[in-house]
Amino acid sequence: MIDVIHLVLFTFLAVIAVAVIRLKDLFAGVMLMGIFSLLSASLFTVMDAVDVAFTEAAVGAGISTVLMLATIGLTESEEHPVHNRFKLLPLLAVLLTGSALIYATFDMPHYGDPNAPIHQHVAPHYLEETEHEIGVPNIVTAVLASYRGYDTWGETTVIFTACIAVMMLLGGHAVVERFRRRKIPDEEGIE
Amino acid sequence: MISHVILRVLSKILIPLIMLFALYVQFHGDYGPGGGFQAGVIFGAGIILFALLFGLDEAKRAFPPRVLEILVASGVLLYGGVGIAAILAGGNFLDYDVLSHDPHHGQHLGILLVELGVGITVAAVMTTIFFTFAGRGRSDV
Repeated sequence: MIDVIHLVLFTFLAVIAVAVIRLKDLFAGVMLMGIFSLLSASLFTVMDAVDVAFTEAAVGAGISTVLMLATIGLTESEEHPVHNRFKLLPLLAVLLTGSALIYATFDMPHYGDPNAPIHQHVAPHYLEETEHEIGVPNIVTAVLASYRGYDTWGETTVIFTACIAVMMLLGGHAVVERFRRRKIPDEEGIE
Repeated sequence: MISHVILRVLSKILIPLIMLFALYVQFHGDYGPGGGFQAGVIFGAGIILFALLFGLDEAKRAFPPRVLEILVASGVLLYGGVGIAAILAGGNFLDYDVLSHDPHHGQHLGILLVELGVGITVAAVMTTIFFTFAGRGRSDV
């Protein structure tokens, strides 16, 4: 039963991905991307990765769709592709990289395999010791906030930096205006 | 601003629920799925929904960009502050065991504060990024 759900969701994902590539209307493309994210979230839920599904649904289907629409509002909603003549070298590079990646997946452990390297390193320690060492029922939270606190700290800094970068790139004029307005009372005070 | 009555009335009911749910995800992260990042994004989505339906100016009156800028930084500072507090209490950076008399209490306190820092930063960042995108080309930001 679960395999059927996997198959249906993956088929939809593939169909939507192809549709997004072929569409010229960017608005429809953004909407399909939102559906793509929602389907990914469903897949994560089926795979019992509820925390990831949560994030995917909120960020992928929610916020990034709105941001993409805002970007379309700033630019335009129609794609103007440049049709170049057929090039052999890029096609070869893509095919070679693709087949190398697919070849590499043969070496990967099966989904949910308990003997996979990822489940042999520190994961057993987290699963067994979280209750004694951290005392938090949700092991994902324990790993995220305590065992891997440095990583989460780094991620928070990345989000912070992204915000500063967006403000400097897109809010440039507004920020300058605000500083200019802030100075006016001082000049009046001097007079 | 959109004048669709149904959307506005429905969103007036929905937005408080979305924000309440964000707070639930934030403070229930120790026990169920979720945590600071998810809570922050959901809270930010609530604010963005408000801005979409009631206009950018109204949203900026409710959530002033100046306050959001302070929140963006204070979340990261709260996270780092917990780390420094752990050093001052005699442990390593971000070692919550020493924050309280009992290691488990310390871990609970540390995780709660750290997740709160993440949540504040993420919510403020998402809102700020949306405001910056939506206010692009206007000088009244």
